[in-house]
Amino acid sequence: MVTEENGGGHGNHRPPSGFIRKYVFSTDHKVIGIQYLSLALFSVFLGMGLSFLMRLHLAWPAAKWPFFRGGLMTPEQYLALMTMHGTIMVFMVLTTAPQSGFGNYFLPIQIGASDMAFPVLNMLSFWTTMVSLLVMLAAFFVPGGAPISGWTAYPPLSALGEISGPGQGTGQTLWIIGLAIFSVASLMGALNFITTLIDLRTKGMTLGHLPMTCWTWFVTAILGLLAFGVLLAACILLLLDRVAGTSFFIPGGIVISGQVIAWHKGGSPLLWQHLFWFFGHPEVYIAILPGMGMVSHLLSTFSRKPVFGYRAMVGATCAIGFLGFCVWGHHMFVSGMSPYSAFAFSMLTMTIGVPSAVKTFNWLGTIWGGKITFNCSMLFALGFVSLFVSGGLSGLFLAQPSLDLYLHDGYFVVAHFHIIMGVAAIFAVFAGLYFWFPKMFGRFLHEGVGKVHFWITFVGVYATFMPMHFLGLAGNPRRYSQMTAGPFLRALQPLHVFITIAAFITIAAQFIFLFNVFWSLFRGKEAKEMNPWHATTLEWTIPSPPPFDNFGGVAPVIYRGPYEFSVPGVADDYILQTLAPDLVRKA
Amino acid sequence: MAGSITEAVEIIDAGRGGGTGTPAGGGDDGGSSSPLPPIPRRAYFTALQLGLAAIVMFFMALASSYIVRKGLGNDWQHTPMPAVVWFNTLILLASSGTIILARKKLEDGDREAFRSWWWVTCGLGMLFLAGQIIAWRQLSAAGILLSTNPSSSFFYLLTAAHGAHLAGGIFALFYVLFRPWKRSRISQATAAELASIYWHFMDGLWVFLLVLLTLGR
Repeated sequence: MVTEENGGGHGNHRPPSGFIRKYVFSTDHKVIGIQYLSLALFSVFLGMGLSFLMRLHLAWPAAKWPFFRGGLMTPEQYLALMTMHGTIMVFMVLTTAPQSGFGNYFLPIQIGASDMAFPVLNMLSFWTTMVSLLVMLAAFFVPGGAPISGWTAYPPLSALGEISGPGQGTGQTLWIIGLAIFSVASLMGALNFITTLIDLRTKGMTLGHLPMTCWTWFVTAILGLLAFGVLLAACILLLLDRVAGTSFFIPGGIVISGQVIAWHKGGSPLLWQHLFWFFGHPEVYIAILPGMGMVSHLLSTFSRKPVFGYRAMVGATCAIGFLGFCVWGHHMFVSGMSPYSAFAFSMLTMTIGVPSAVKTFNWLGTIWGGKITFNCSMLFALGFVSLFVSGGLSGLFLAQPSLDLYLHDGYFVVAHFHIIMGVAAIFAVFAGLYFWFPKMFGRFLHEGVGKVHFWITFVGVYATFMPMHFLGLAGNPRRYSQMTAGPFLRALQPLHVFITIAAFITIAAQFIFLFNVFWSLFRGKEAKEMNPWHATTLEWTIPSPPPFDNFGGVAPVIYRGPYEFSVPGVADDYILQTLAPDLVRKA
Repeated sequence: MAGSITEAVEIIDAGRGGGTGTPAGGGDDGGSSSPLPPIPRRAYFTALQLGLAAIVMFFMALASSYIVRKGLGNDWQHTPMPAVVWFNTLILLASSGTIILARKKLEDGDREAFRSWWWVTCGLGMLFLAGQIIAWRQLSAAGILLSTNPSSSFFYLLTAAHGAHLAGGIFALFYVLFRPWKRSRISQATAAELASIYWHFMDGLWVFLLVLLTLGR
C-alpha cells in the first residue's frame, strides 16, 4: 500500500511532551543539532583554555602559575595539555560543529524532509558522542592525569602504559576508549546523514537542486562512514597492546626509562601510523568540507549572485573527498618510507591543489561584480576564503617530501594545520551561526558586537599563526614545552611572547562572541520576517524557529536550483526554490 | 492530509527528488501508528548497505593489519586451526539456508513455518558462537593465548570481532520475532528481509576471515 504519508518523511509526526523527551533525549533533528553545537561550544572554550596555558608557558617558561604544583608547568603537564587540546578541538569541535551541529539542524530542512531518516539513531549518535567526551575528560582526573602522546597517539609511547610517562596509564586507556566510542557515534551519524540525503529528498529536489551545504554534508558523511571504522579498528588494536599483552604496534628491544621491555616483540609502530592517517587525512576534510559548503552558500546569498560554477563546485567537493583517501602517506614522509611511495603520495597530495583552486576561484567568481553585503556572516565567510588560501599554500610546501623532512616536526606544520583546519573551519562555523541564528532562535545576533568580534578574531588569528611559519623555518621544534635550550631557539623567544599576546587578545575576543550569543538569545532583535536575508533555500520558507515537523506535514515541492539570485527579467533579486514558475514576478 | 490527485502524486514521487522511479513508501504496510515520521521502505535498505560498508572498512583495516603485521615481523608463528572451526562454518552456512527458507515461508503466508525456521536460524547462530568459544578453549588449553603470538592474537581478535557482529545479527533475528510490528514504520516482512541480508553478509564475512586465517597462519 502506498500511503501519501510515506513520502519524504511527512505525516502524522507529533511533538513529544515533557521536558526530558523534548530537550534531553529528543529525537528532533533540530534539538539534536543544537545539542551538538552546545557540546562543541563547551569543548571549544575548554580546548582554548588548554591552549592558553600552553602559550603562557611557551612565552614565559620560568614564570610560576597558581594552577600547577609548585607553580611550574612540567614538560609532561605541557604534553598532556597539548594532547587534550588537539583531541578535543579535532573531535569534539571540528568534527561535531560544522557537520553534526549545522548538518543535523539544516540538512533535513534544506532537502524538504521532516526529520532525519532514523531519529532514534540520531539521538543515540549525540549521546554516544557525549559519553565519549566524558570518558576523555575523565582522563584529567585519574592518577597520572591526561595522556601525553598527542592527538595522534603514536605507539610505542601510547602503547606501553605508565612506564612511558604520567598520563600514559589510565589516562591513555580512557583516551583510546573515548576515541573508539566517538568512532561508533560518528558512524551512526554518517549512516543517518547519507540515508536521509539519498532517500528523503522532497519532490523536485534533484541532485542538481541541492544546496552546496547539503552536498558537502553528504560527501563529509561518506568520508566519515569509510574512515571511522578504520580508526575504531586501530583503537582496538592499540587497546589490546596496552591491556592484553599483544604486540601489534610494539617492537622488541625497547628500552624506556632505563628498563628493557622484554614482554613485547615484533610489532610495527608504522602500522598504527598507516591506520591512523588513513582515517586522519579524511578527518581533515571532515572538518573543512562542511565549511566549504556553508561558505559557498553564504557568498552567493550575500553577493546576490549564483554560486559560480555550481557543477564544478560539486565535482571539486567529490574530488577532494576521493583524493582525501589517497594521501595519508604525506603525514609519514619522515617515517623512512620509500622515496617512490613518498613521490606518489606527494603527487597525489598536490593534485588536491586542483579542486581546491577550483573552489577558491569559484568563490572569487561568485562575489566578483556582486552586490555584496558586508554583514558578520559574510565577513566570516570571506575570512574563511582568506584563511583557506593562506593555510592551503603552506600545504604545497609540506607536500614536498624533501621540504617536509625539515619542516615536519616544527612550527611550520603547527601554523599550517591551525590556519587551514582549525581556524578556517571555525570561521565557517561563525559565518553559519550569524546566518542561521535568526532561523534557529528567532532572534538576530548583534551585528555591531559581531563585527568587533570578527575584526579582533581575524587580525588575532593571523597574528597568532603567521609568525609560527617563521618559527618553523628557523628550526623551532613543536611539542616541546620549553624553547630555551639553544641560542638559536632563545633568539626566537620574543616571537613566542608576541604570539602569546596575540593569542590572549584573540581568546578574549571569543568572550565577546559568547556574550553576543547569550545576550541575543534573550534580547536580540527579533527575526519577524521568515526570510530576513532574502535567501532561496527551504529553511527560509518556514517560521523561525521552525515548527516540530518543519513543514507542517506538507511536503514542499521544488522547482529550481538553490542559487537563483539576480535573475534577469525578474522583479525580486532572488527566487525561492519552492516558487512555482507561474508565480515568479516579472520585472 | 486531504489533497488533490496532483498533490498525492507529487508526494508519492517524493523521496529521491525526481518525478520518476520507485514510489516512496513502495508497498510497505508499516507506519500506521509509529510516533516517528514515516520514511520510504528503501531507506532501510540504503542504511543497511551503508552499515555493511562501514563494517567492511572495519574488517579491511583488521585484515590489512594482519597482512602487514605478518609481513613486517619476524616473530610470526603457526597457530593451529581447531577442528571445531570447520564444523562451526558448516553450521553458519546451514543457517543461511534456513533463513532463506524462513523468508520463503513468510512470503507464502505460512507464519508458523516462518517462526519455526527463524528459530532454527537463531539456534544455529548461537550454536556457531558456542562452537567458536569451544575453539578458543581448545586453543587456550593448548597454551595458545591472545598474547602468545601475533598469529594467535589475530585469530582471537578476528573471531571475536566477527562473533560480536554475529551476536548483533542474532539480536536482530529475535527483534524481528518479538517486536510489536503494528507500531513500527516497517512491516515484519521488510525487517526479516533486512535481517536476512545482514545474516548472509555475516556468513560471507566469516568465509573471508576463514580463508584469511587459513592461508595466513
